[in-house]
Amino acid sequence: MSAHAKDPMLPRPFRVEKVKRELSDTFTMELVPAEGGGFSFAAGQFNMLYVFGIGEVPISISGDPGEHERLVHTTRAVGKVSGALDALKVGDVIGVRGPYGIPWPVEAAFGRDLVFVAGGVGLAPLRPAIYQAMANRERFGKVMVLYGARTPEDILFKKEIERWRGRFDMDVAVTVDRATGKWGGNVGVVTNLVAKGGFDPQNTTAFVCGPEVMMRYAAQALEKKGVGRGSIFVSMERNMKCGVGLCGHCQWGTHFVCKDGPVFRYDSIADLFSIREL
Amino acid sequence: MPGVDASITTAVVFDRGGLDALIAALKAKGFHVVGPRVADDAVVYADLDAASDLPAGWGDEQEGGRYRLTRRKDGALFGYTSGVQGWKRHLYPPRQKLFAARRDGQGFAILPPDPPAAPLALIGVRACELAAIAKQAKVFGDRDFADPGYQGRLASAFVVAVECGEAGGTCFCAAMGTGPAVETGFDIKMVEVIDKARHVFVATAGSAAGAKVLDGLKAPAAAEADKAAAAARVAKAAKQAKTLDAKAAARLKEHPDHARWDDVARRCMTCGNCTMVCPTCFCTTVEDTTDLKGEHAERWRNWDSCFTIDFSYIHGGAIRTEVKSRYRQWITHKLSTWHDQFGSSGCVGCGRCITWCPVGIDITAEATAITEGARKAAAGGSKKAATSGGKGR
Repeated sequence: MSAHAKDPMLPRPFRVEKVKRELSDTFTMELVPAEGGGFSFAAGQFNMLYVFGIGEVPISISGDPGEHERLVHTTRAVGKVSGALDALKVGDVIGVRGPYGIPWPVEAAFGRDLVFVAGGVGLAPLRPAIYQAMANRERFGKVMVLYGARTPEDILFKKEIERWRGRFDMDVAVTVDRATGKWGGNVGVVTNLVAKGGFDPQNTTAFVCGPEVMMRYAAQALEKKGVGRGSIFVSMERNMKCGVGLCGHCQWGTHFVCKDGPVFRYDSIADLFSIREL
Repeated sequence: MPGVDASITTAVVFDRGGLDALIAALKAKGFHVVGPRVADDAVVYADLDAASDLPAGWGDEQEGGRYRLTRRKDGALFGYTSGVQGWKRHLYPPRQKLFAARRDGQGFAILPPDPPAAPLALIGVRACELAAIAKQAKVFGDRDFADPGYQGRLASAFVVAVECGEAGGTCFCAAMGTGPAVETGFDIKMVEVIDKARHVFVATAGSAAGAKVLDGLKAPAAAEADKAAAAARVAKAAKQAKTLDAKAAARLKEHPDHARWDDVARRCMTCGNCTMVCPTCFCTTVEDTTDLKGEHAERWRNWDSCFTIDFSYIHGGAIRTEVKSRYRQWITHKLSTWHDQFGSSGCVGCGRCITWCPVGIDITAEATAITEGARKAAAGGSKKAATSGGKGR
């Protein structure tokens, strides 16, 4: 038998350099390796983040894949570990394992229109791919970001979205399920934005990330518009205890979401979407 | 982990005293010897000191939801079918420490791992169990990420396989192609031969290490009659009441909406016994602990079962809330999607899940009902044929 592999369950320490509150329950952390060195990843990959004595959670990387000094994660505090992450202060150290998983195929979309469809905090795993696309802007036709949030108060990366909207080389549309305050923009589900089109369906690659039901309808809307199933990609979420295909928790049909995904080409999983409680 | 060397095939024969010498030799080499013994009215694989610890004169009766030790008149040491759990609990223990860490200012330091335990010598491994070990080795060592703990324990283990002389009531290794003959993955292979004149073990080496240990026993070469008697015993064990069309079962994933899932869900108690006794089930969860001062933390990996609600929990709730989705996940993974993931079935036909299911759910019956019923329906069979798979059995 071959030499023993390195233990994939041991985390690497990272120090919290900066914490930014995004929404009432959502925050962005910037991390640097406590023992030096950098961190490389591909857009769409995730890390297992360990809080001392509390536990570990899979969180997508939300920073720029072109940046190797800092690791950026945007997290919604919904459980014990993500709540503990939310309580961290600058200087605290967490454990990081990763990066894991299949990334968004940004380079495979060169020469095509690129449409990002995001729902809620699902914008975070898409942001690295948006950065990568904009760093290679000349290689794409249109670059569109279609984003849906529950209310105007739930719009993630609001300032950044405003900057994107101000660019001449990006098409950005935002909708909310429920208008509050002075909202004068779109109201309705994000699939309405897909239906409006504005991209060349025959020559479009779409990256979709959000709640599962939103991804299902968004993929259907893209398909209805004429985008091929092989050109639509979604990012799945499942319970993960290890991130490397050993714990069995993230199985979805034949797939281990952690290593066969989280990014899947829609034609490879469209059938699974319709099976209840798979 | 033994390799196979076809040149080492000379069979030797020894009696119970030789078996004692074998165990003593392995202990002298520093192995932690584990094998079958009777505990809590069952055969379990636990620490062995000598051949006298083996379950002499014990057999077992196994059927759906039933296990009983029985007395044998022949005094056989390996006359039972198989232990309650396989060797998984030794090669991939139910609780394993992943790491310990000590708080260090705002950070923490990962403490050095515990030294590896003594290498294991496994005595009495059945053919189906060897197949299960090979399947887990693939899960834990044959892909992008390996589990060094499992790899290390298996690589350093000494395996003494014992071929079955008779099949238990829930065995179907013949259908799964994993037994009863032992063909690979052992250091020493033995067959227990008992007749009026003698009670002996016919042993063959399967690795250089095995050959060395056998040489040390100074046992005489087996006569043709010994070898013939050994072969006859294994042939007898191949006669099994239960069977499964493994090829058809591999297509279970195509039937997620079959009515039989509702039927089995009415019987399944989601206790998870099947996953605990299955020698290939590998799912685990993690547990984090700290001392009272919060200075010392440990992270443990524990066996888990896909039958718990928590297993599929993501924020907002579990994915598989219904019993039928959890049963479907288990059996579909075992018999069907395992092929896509690891290139073979995940089932070795040991029958433990049938024996230890408190309500006697039979994996072979469920898989047959679903795949046969669906096949008949697809072939345009009568309505009666299509529904008979959903009831019966």
